[in-house]
Amino acid sequence: MMEILIAALLILGASFMLIAAIGILKMPDLYMRMSVNTKSVTLGMGFLLLALVLHFHEIGVASRALATLVFIAMTAPISSHLIGRAAYLSGVELWSETRRDELGDLYQRRPMSMEQVLFSENPPHSMDLEQEEKDTEDNF
Amino acid sequence: MIVDFVAFWVVLPMLSLALVLAFIRLAIGPTLPDRVVAFELIAILLAGVIVVYAVLGEHSALFDVASVWAIISFLSVVAIAYYIEKARKP
Repeated sequence: MMEILIAALLILGASFMLIAAIGILKMPDLYMRMSVNTKSVTLGMGFLLLALVLHFHEIGVASRALATLVFIAMTAPISSHLIGRAAYLSGVELWSETRRDELGDLYQRRPMSMEQVLFSENPPHSMDLEQEEKDTEDNF
Repeated sequence: MIVDFVAFWVVLPMLSLALVLAFIRLAIGPTLPDRVVAFELIAILLAGVIVVYAVLGEHSALFDVASVWAIISFLSVVAIAYYIEKARKP
């Protein structure tokens, strides 16, 4: 009975990972690929680790599996957010049928060359800061 | 017995197919962030393969490798994201 449960959990986790891989190949857009990837990979890894814990039946394995699962569940959204922000700022195209782009007016997302970033007097990251400083001075 | 059979003949082929699909995206991905996302998926898939091998071979020590592997892949993705954001070039 326990073996059937472990086998079912293994198949479930592997199928979630397979779904993530199909999604990363078929989705039209970087942002959709990232969204598919993060959620289903976290869930698939959770099922695989649950199967591992049920298979070994030791408290040491269970605590390490819990730590790994918490770590993956915490870091997958962080890395996805970082990559998404970097891709958006560097001008990766949205899907052509995207209806709404809420960050459209907030950032200057013109792709810049390496020389422009390194040698310009006014690098793109300092522009937001200068604008904020001006705002605070006006408030005073 | 059934766990070994399923892990060897069902789960590992599914993970291998997933690895092939992610590698296709890594090869054809039009921009650098696409490749980084595919690389992240490949890293987590390899951690899953290590977990399945720990179940197959009755070695619970293999599982430590998987957790360290997940930590290192997260750090590398953060570093590449920092680089992309500074360079501003897809």
